[in-house]
Amino acid sequence: MDFIIEKSVLIVSVFGITLVMAMYSTWLERKFAAFLQDRLGPNRAGIFGLLQPFADAGKMFFKEEFIPNHSEKFLFIAGPGIAMFTACMTSAVIPWGPDFEAFGRTISLQISDINIGILYIMGFLSLGVYGIMIGGWASNNKYSLFSAIRASSQMISYELAMGIIIITIVMMTGSLSLRNIVQEQSGALYNITALKGLNWNIFYQPLAFIIFMTCALAECNRAPFDLAECETELIGGYHTEYSSMKLGFYLFAEYINMFISSTVIATIFFGGYNFPGMQLIENSALLTVMCVAVLFLKIIFFIMLFMWIRWTLPRFRYDQLMHLGWKSLIPLAIINMLITGAVILAT
Amino acid sequence: MGAEQIIFFFLAAFTVVMASLVVFSKNPVHSVLFLILTMFGIAGHYLSLNAQFLAVVHIIVYAGAIMVLFLFVIMLLNLNKESEPRKTLWWQLGAVIGGGSLMLTLIASFQSTIKLPIAHEIDSNIGLVKPLGKVLFTEYVVPFEISSVLFLAALVGAVLIGQRKQEEPNHS
Amino acid sequence: MNQIAPLIIQAGLVLGFVVVTLFGTFFLSKIFGTSRHSKVKDENFECGIENQGDARFPVSVKYFLVAILFVLFDVEVIFFYPYAVNFKEMGVEGFLALLMFVSLFLTGFYYVIKKGALDWSNK
Repeated sequence: MDFIIEKSVLIVSVFGITLVMAMYSTWLERKFAAFLQDRLGPNRAGIFGLLQPFADAGKMFFKEEFIPNHSEKFLFIAGPGIAMFTACMTSAVIPWGPDFEAFGRTISLQISDINIGILYIMGFLSLGVYGIMIGGWASNNKYSLFSAIRASSQMISYELAMGIIIITIVMMTGSLSLRNIVQEQSGALYNITALKGLNWNIFYQPLAFIIFMTCALAECNRAPFDLAECETELIGGYHTEYSSMKLGFYLFAEYINMFISSTVIATIFFGGYNFPGMQLIENSALLTVMCVAVLFLKIIFFIMLFMWIRWTLPRFRYDQLMHLGWKSLIPLAIINMLITGAVILAT
Repeated sequence: MGAEQIIFFFLAAFTVVMASLVVFSKNPVHSVLFLILTMFGIAGHYLSLNAQFLAVVHIIVYAGAIMVLFLFVIMLLNLNKESEPRKTLWWQLGAVIGGGSLMLTLIASFQSTIKLPIAHEIDSNIGLVKPLGKVLFTEYVVPFEISSVLFLAALVGAVLIGQRKQEEPNHS
Repeated sequence: MNQIAPLIIQAGLVLGFVVVTLFGTFFLSKIFGTSRHSKVKDENFECGIENQGDARFPVSVKYFLVAILFVLFDVEVIFFYPYAVNFKEMGVEGFLALLMFVSLFLTGFYYVIKKGALDWSNK
């Protein structure tokens, strides 16, 4: 029973943090874009516009609920629900920090350590297509359908390269569990004792990181791969007909996906909660707090990298996108995997 | 009844109900969605058998890939009411009798030939990824390699079919 | 079972949140928001003038081809996972088996590209 209570508390707090992170990502996105374009950004609601996300969310609740005449009512409502559900479920296998002792028991900061953790994330990622496809089709709008079909083709194409990169990482670690992948990275880099806690996969697999980052951008439908919602040709993309909280769910799901992608990148390439000098901290509670803080710093860094890329690079054309995904990233990922295998076997 | 049995019956009922909804729902897109839920039911069965890898692969391959293809085809072929082929009552009756007798024959033949091994004689960890990989790459390495030839054949087939239609005018 | 129960709890929580929020906004906007209908407003948005034809139309066969190729390659990639987990114990022998599989994979991939099945631009 204690176990269930402990996990329930963890689940509720992870879910709450996910929502808060997604809300403040919208604020950060606007502030960061404003900074890059030499503007001020939201600054009326609260100090630095910090209350802006609450104002936006509150507005969503009271907007008119509009469903066009010719759309499939049930699927039209189900679409954003599916998008939100698949986005929120992926956080279950992320290790947020090391185990610590409290209330006379060991508490693990991971909702579930199933031994196929990374595949679980891939599974929910592949289900994310449905939210967009169903919403786009149910709207009975030509722009939405185009956008849905483009987005799903794009997402499935980039999933392949992503899968091959994950295989490369699994070959180095020998486990599909994210917890093991993180623990593997706590050692000393290149066996130099001074670099303890810095044994991150990025130093062994820089190419894999670049490919993975590109795929993550494409999976989240973020610029420069936001062809699903390119305003100039498809109006609003798959959510052209949406309003009120249903639109909010689509936008929210995108930011949650971005948060989870950043977390996965930080976890499998940048050592998760590991940081240099962590062996010096004796107090287990302090260590846990520090580790969680470090992980969140890494996550925020990657979220900002996503935004920086969005406001820097122009959008790809569709044939360029497909060309990049199939003809460049997949062969590169396979070659990277084979070289990694050969090098590990040779040493 | 133990907890395991309750879980089993719950999952089995869920799977069967969803599978029958696939057949009974009028809208083909709803059918696909129910089929996805059926896949989840089956994945749940794998999970209850301690085969986590098979469960997640089942979701990735069936729910995440094959069902996307189904949905593509159904959504974009525009199978609405007007294009649905209408059959007379006699055709429907004949189809029911034919399908029913095929099912009976299959059940009868399977019952007499297939003897399922008793569950507790099998290693319960076989569905986990590590033992599965060991077996796949030692005992079954030849069928594994041959399966890649099968994939090659499927690829060639898919490309040929796709290319033949290319001359038709395409939108988008 | 200890690892599955939390997942079920989380699924329940998220599902509850999604359903309650979607229905909640439905009723809140009924009470507080406006709800006006007119023939023109309830039409699907197209570009301001009257809608032309049905929104569900057949699209390029390219999209189907991508989906089919994805299914095939995805299954092949899935086969690598059990190998990757056992990679270090398998040694050279296992790596050769993988190399053979990958070479057939790449042959298929080369064929697909050579046939122009993934060319999107009309030249």
